Amino acid sequence: MQDLLRRYGPGLTGLICLLVAFWLVMLVIVPNVTLFEQSFRPYLPVVDIGGPKDTYSFRNYLKVLDGATETSLFGIAFSVPVHVKTFFQTIWYSMVVTVVCFALAYPLAYYMAKVVRPRTVPTLLLLLFVPLWVSEVLRAFAWWIILAFKGPLNVLLQGLGLIEDPIRWTNMGYTGVMVGLVYTYVLFMIFPIYNAVSSLDTNQIEAADDLGASWWRIHWRIVLPHAKPGIASGAVMVFMLSAGSLLVPSILGSTTSQWFTQTIDQWFKDALDWNTASAYAFLLLLLCTVFVSVAMKVFKVKLSDIAK
Amino acid sequence: MSAGIDLEGVCCDFGSFRAVDNANVSIRPGEFFSFLGPSGCGKTTILRMISGFIDPTQGAIKIGGKDMKGQRPNQRPTALIFQNLALFPLMPIWENISFGLEVRGVDKATRRKKAEDLLKLVDLPGAADKMVSQLSGGQKQRVAIARALAVEPAVMLLDEPLSALDLKLRQHMRAELRAIQKRTGVTFIYITHDQGEALAMSDRVGVMSQGRIQQVADPRDIYNNPVNGFVASFVGENNIFEGTAGAASEGLARFDTAHGAFRARLAPDAAGKPVKLYVRPEHTVLTATAASENSVPVTVSEVSFEGAFISVHSVSDHGQTITAEIRNDGSATVPQVGSKLHASFEAARAALLPDANVRG
Amino acid sequence: MHKLRLNLLHLYMGLFLVYMLAPLVVMSGAAFNDSKLPSIVPWKGWTGKWFSEMIADERMMLAFANTLWVAVAVAGIAVLIGTAAAILINSVSGKVRTALYGMMISTILIPGVVIGISTMILWTKMGNALGTEFFLFNPGLHLSVLGQVSYIAAMVMLLVLARLQSFDAGLEEAALDLGASHGQVMRRILLPHLYPAIGAGAAVAFFQSIENFNVTQFTRGGADTLTVYVFSKVRSGITPTINALAFLLIIVTLVLAVAYELNRRRKAHEEAAREAEARRAEALEEAL
Ligand SMILES: Nc1ncnc2c1ncn2[C@@H]1O[C@H](COP(=O)(O)OP(=O)(O)O)[C@@H](O)[C@H]1O
Ligand SMILES: [Mg+2]
Repeated sequence: MQDLLRRYGPGLTGLICLLVAFWLVMLVIVPNVTLFEQSFRPYLPVVDIGGPKDTYSFRNYLKVLDGATETSLFGIAFSVPVHVKTFFQTIWYSMVVTVVCFALAYPLAYYMAKVVRPRTVPTLLLLLFVPLWVSEVLRAFAWWIILAFKGPLNVLLQGLGLIEDPIRWTNMGYTGVMVGLVYTYVLFMIFPIYNAVSSLDTNQIEAADDLGASWWRIHWRIVLPHAKPGIASGAVMVFMLSAGSLLVPSILGSTTSQWFTQTIDQWFKDALDWNTASAYAFLLLLLCTVFVSVAMKVFKVKLSDIAK
Repeated sequence: MSAGIDLEGVCCDFGSFRAVDNANVSIRPGEFFSFLGPSGCGKTTILRMISGFIDPTQGAIKIGGKDMKGQRPNQRPTALIFQNLALFPLMPIWENISFGLEVRGVDKATRRKKAEDLLKLVDLPGAADKMVSQLSGGQKQRVAIARALAVEPAVMLLDEPLSALDLKLRQHMRAELRAIQKRTGVTFIYITHDQGEALAMSDRVGVMSQGRIQQVADPRDIYNNPVNGFVASFVGENNIFEGTAGAASEGLARFDTAHGAFRARLAPDAAGKPVKLYVRPEHTVLTATAASENSVPVTVSEVSFEGAFISVHSVSDHGQTITAEIRNDGSATVPQVGSKLHASFEAARAALLPDANVRG
Repeated sequence: MHKLRLNLLHLYMGLFLVYMLAPLVVMSGAAFNDSKLPSIVPWKGWTGKWFSEMIADERMMLAFANTLWVAVAVAGIAVLIGTAAAILINSVSGKVRTALYGMMISTILIPGVVIGISTMILWTKMGNALGTEFFLFNPGLHLSVLGQVSYIAAMVMLLVLARLQSFDAGLEEAALDLGASHGQVMRRILLPHLYPAIGAGAAVAFFQSIENFNVTQFTRGGADTLTVYVFSKVRSGITPTINALAFLLIIVTLVLAVAYELNRRRKAHEEAAREAEARRAEALEEAL
């Protein structure tokens, strides 16, 4: 602060602090505190707000326990509340997306960082960036076209003789959602891993090779540990984006795939119950916080590493 | 226009660490003054206090007799040449040079003209429209000087400006800097850890150690009459003997060492303090027979040929290394390694000096 | 590296590029297919009519205009805030820095749904509490702007901060020493150094805003942006006008990307030439 004053004088320092304060207080802290506060209030007609019925309770949160549905896990059938099931399915499938993205991205990131001629890399990055710049809704829409019952994928597979009859891709549980999420977010896994692997000294790989390490051991012992912060960063980004996505599940979802964000959307837009929506949104936020903390513990990285 | 600078009891603390301790020195208008000292002794800190980037914790800094307290860097009549030059990489050379005028609202044509004049002064005509990255180290150096001169400062502050250049160019730039200073008449305060540079360029030198100014004098005095062991060691080589001093008469005192009793000069203010005997290798002679006083029997251990002179290293019976330098005038006889000789020096050439002036 | 493994990697890279780009080709292709349903199979012949229908679609054009102004506003505000935040972070240290930085970064990780709902609730509740009908407190795209800025500013901050790390603060001191005021230091020394990052930040902010759905969906009131409009179209029966729009967006993106890359190469080339000249001058000095 002293430094700032000395370098830019009181006027500019004041302006800088004011801008940052506006951001953090008015756009981040106060909205989230309000969300938290509202999540404990009942949904009331305007006239009753602030009246005797407007008291704090956990009622909004307890709504997740309403309405049971039969389900089975490892062959054991039991019944769980619908929203609880949605919540855990969202977590589970987001993790699947994250793992698939990692499996797709790692060889590619390694290839760009260490195998391909450095002069080709900007061109490759440029090509990879194109879908990223094209908006998310259009990426989901593209897969909506591809996966359509009479769409190009079925035509292609039939042409190759791989399938007899067309497949209803978007009516197979979470398949469509998975395909869309992986396509949409895999780039968020590639770039951090690429950056991390690039910073690895190639001599280390050569030294390990020279000492007789097999290729998988080189990756396991040298490249992967070095890329850890990048992997953590990519995993956190992909998981958060997937769990928080509303577009892809809405466009590519089937009748049997429900995403937690869709549930929140329904409370907010259909039931117009902003308070319950707040409670659910807060649960989502909590989930994300827990996930990031666990990921940071597991990968032993700091928040500042993730942001790279 | 040039101005004198007075440092009066200036101290600078970084937390509990005192980087500059009670600096008192009066620099004359138009003088080329150097602060000389090892890395970390507080030279840069002094310069940054004069230019206004750091406030002294105690004491006063006066420029042209005027107390600078509360004056910010952009209000002082000083121009600083940074250790890394700090040229603006995104501006062409002429904008770099005339930046100080630009911020004072001088119009573009005048600025351009001034920049070209200054480029001529620093012997770099035709570089006005180049970018910084197009210049060599020496050329960047000249641009930095021109940029500082553009604001017509009363005092130029230079922080080891030649340290990034290689040896030959450094010697060339020494002469050039000195010439520019004489031509402009601006007071130069120059910082360096290279004693050759300080002694060759300066009117006067202030030698520093651990935040304290040890001695302020002209270069010959610094070399010939150092006030303490630190100054003697920092500006040249010495043979050093430990021992105890007796009373002085007519400036000469008896000094008892393991090699016997010597006689040497004792500065008046050194009386009563623990001292060591310092004598320069070029004042040490090797002879076949013992001299009448200050003589030590030695065995020659190594002879190294340095070009203009020959360094002869020898070892006394007590295991002390003593070095003598013989001027290489083409006919000098060089002793053989292993030969037994006597090293001696004149009493007037040897000094009994206390250690450095450090904080207690 | 083993020949087979190398070739497999090349093949994989190729396939991956196909995977990334084929959906865009399919989507663009459908813009020219004379079929009511957006698809490339069966191919019913070339047509340009979806482009003219797109121009005639007033709701889409309005959504397009909305998207643009929202994106420009977001880019403007996010650049201001993000740059200020980067400068602030760069000049504090220790616990304060960790806390501020952590809070800024975490905004990127907050789900858009949460940002959308919290922004909407805060401003509308505030309007109710103040008993005012002032537009700021009603749902609308201006709230979308605020919501989007809350996390896009952090992206700009990261870009600018990275650039700040390569800035030599000595340049500011040199300028001050030459008599510049604090404002002049900012305008002539610091900001020019940051411009590339600020430009990149503005571009990122602009595209992030265009692509935003979650925050906009919850805050927009009745207004449409392109993303929201396309979304509602996909759900409620779609015509290939959307493909025509997508095709144009892809072309614009490609042109911008190629222009950016060419510009980058030209700059790198110029810089290399300058350094070569400096080396020649250096060699001349050696010979001095
Ligand atoms: N901003 C500062 N904070 C703490 N210590 C400092 C700072 N600047 C300099 N020092 C310390 O003060 C001493 C003198 O530094 P300096 O004046 O740069 O030395 P010189 O220029 O002679 O090499 C060094 O020990 C240095 O570590
Ligand atoms: Mg220094």
